Amino acid sequence: MPIELLALLLSPLAGSAVLALVGHRPRAAEVNAVFSSLSFAAAAVLVARVIESGPLVALGEQLFVDSLNVFLVALTAFVAMTTSFFSRPYMRVERDHRRVTGPGMRLYHSMYQLFSFTMLLVLTTNNLGVMWVAMEAATLTTVLLVALYRTHASLEAAWKYFILCGVGIAQALFGTILVYFAAEKVLGPGTGSLLWTHLDAVKTELQPTVMSIAFVFLLVGYGTKVGLVPLHNWLPDAHAEGPTPISAVLSGLLLNVALYALIRCKVITDGALERPFASALLMGFGLVSVVVAAFFLSRQRDVKRMFAYSSIEHMGLITFAFGMGGPVASFAGLLHMTVHSLTKSAIFFTAGHAAQQTGTQLMENIRGLAQVTPTVGWGLMLGTVAILGMPPFGVFASEFLILTTTIAVQPWAAPVLLLSLGVSFAAIFGKVQPLVFGEPTAARLPHPPALVPVFTHLALVLMLGLFIPPSLADWYRQAARLIG
Amino acid sequence: MLQHFGPQVINLLAAVLLLLAFAMLSQRRILSLINLFAAQGFVLFLSTALVAALTDQKHLYVSAAVTLVLKVTLLPWILHRLIRRLNVKWDVETLINIPTTMLVGILLVILAFNLAAPISQLAGTVTRSTLGIALASMLLSFMMMITRSKAVPQVIGFLSMENGLFFAATAAVYGMPMVVELGVALDVLVAALILGIFIFEIRERFDTLDTRHLEKLKEH
Repeated sequence: MPIELLALLLSPLAGSAVLALVGHRPRAAEVNAVFSSLSFAAAAVLVARVIESGPLVALGEQLFVDSLNVFLVALTAFVAMTTSFFSRPYMRVERDHRRVTGPGMRLYHSMYQLFSFTMLLVLTTNNLGVMWVAMEAATLTTVLLVALYRTHASLEAAWKYFILCGVGIAQALFGTILVYFAAEKVLGPGTGSLLWTHLDAVKTELQPTVMSIAFVFLLVGYGTKVGLVPLHNWLPDAHAEGPTPISAVLSGLLLNVALYALIRCKVITDGALERPFASALLMGFGLVSVVVAAFFLSRQRDVKRMFAYSSIEHMGLITFAFGMGGPVASFAGLLHMTVHSLTKSAIFFTAGHAAQQTGTQLMENIRGLAQVTPTVGWGLMLGTVAILGMPPFGVFASEFLILTTTIAVQPWAAPVLLLSLGVSFAAIFGKVQPLVFGEPTAARLPHPPALVPVFTHLALVLMLGLFIPPSLADWYRQAARLIG
Repeated sequence: MLQHFGPQVINLLAAVLLLLAFAMLSQRRILSLINLFAAQGFVLFLSTALVAALTDQKHLYVSAAVTLVLKVTLLPWILHRLIRRLNVKWDVETLINIPTTMLVGILLVILAFNLAAPISQLAGTVTRSTLGIALASMLLSFMMMITRSKAVPQVIGFLSMENGLFFAATAAVYGMPMVVELGVALDVLVAALILGIFIFEIRERFDTLDTRHLEKLKEH
């Protein structure tokens, strides 16, 4: 088994064990960052290896890395690392404000690492059953983090998150059982029948009726975690009430990881069915999510909640792109996953600091950030401009590709998408502008905020908008071919 | 003998499982609800052990043992302790009255059987006719979660939904591969523990376990 793959998975696991013991100490945040950086370093080496020598399987075929998931592994490890840098000063302020206690910090740090581990396991496992287990474990690790502040609202959000995702993910287990049922007819009983690589090899022989029913259950199950409308109710609450670093990783990473699980299942289902059943479902759910989220945006008063709705909108857009399929739309979907994850986590970083400076998340009470701390204010403004799809940022490139493909392939959907994007532009821009400019209500932070992650993310998004390095583009194309 | 009567006994157990799901749906007392949950676990244990004996699948014996430990003893014990520690005297309140719930439940069963019919025809297992029942009891538990307003019955609904899933796995495919089954069992146990912690927190903050109080976060 390649050493970097082992290091990728073991470093967050070891980090969680270590931080369970020392997570409340003053230096715990640094330890947390070290483990996340180790895991990112391993991911970088793994990327180099996969680019060089192609897909690899390890641990008796239980782990599997190809160009599709290695790209998400790198993204996940990267954002987990930058978020751990951001979390150091942020959580220090929270502790100064007595919103978290020592044991709370221990739980936070330990669960942060365990959460990274579960996401990386979902991405690298070859076994659809283990994928489900890791996905459920990702819910369990974050549910306590959403309730970290022990306030009424955070407990309510966590309870909702737990119950809704628990019910949703149970549907996905039923779907997985049905996939196993179909595969067992072809591959025989045993672990082999749940391995994705084996399923992919025989996907044309799988029983179509069973696979179509299975896909519906899988879509409802994993779709709940992606935050697709009408299964999205947990998402705004969990994002708004949890600590900001957790909002950033939930929005930037967990949604992507859940969508990845769905894509893997779609590839198999498409192989088994002749008609584009899975694609039609993905397009439908994606489009409804975009529209509903866009119209909910204008009603939001809480800054983190508003950006949570924006995440629903963007995940809907990506789901729609994968539903259309084809090389360009899948390419655009993957690019959009990357830029959304980077931009949205940067926005949450700045929005979190803004909330700390003013003591509230209500937008009507946050004013004049640019005057008090220009870096936070401008970071939020630039992030907002980027997420709204303004050129020259990368979101523009991916949205442009998605829209042009829609006009060519599914012209009926194009006006709906354009209208929704316009509505959300008006809603978000109109609300964020007074936050940044205007008479300041914000106070300075006691510790200098970590804004390197924010501007690193935004610089990457800018780069992806202006120029996608040929090696990266090639890599996206390979991954897009796998999706079909 | 076993080969002859085995499948029929499994069908019988499946019917008992469905009856228990309906009983849970209509049960008003919290202690009886926990006992029904334990009984459901025991039926699940019996049927898994029987399928194991019929088909000679070694790993099913292990999952039968796990069921016995986890769902018949450990989880009901945790729930009983929880009730005692919380010192709750209330009975289960439902959001919709029970006769209506039962009627909707019957519709759910019909839906489940229709959905499972095309799959059951393809199953080569001795237990194929039970897939519909498994799906039905899953949906009934789901419904129980929706119609109950208190936190503890919602948790029991969550756990009993997993029972339905487990039964589906045994019925359709003789159980999932070992590593998956153990993973699922671990997830369920951790989920139950976290929910237990949560219930205490909720009561401390809200002085009630009625989740109707958890409705502050709404669109403005």
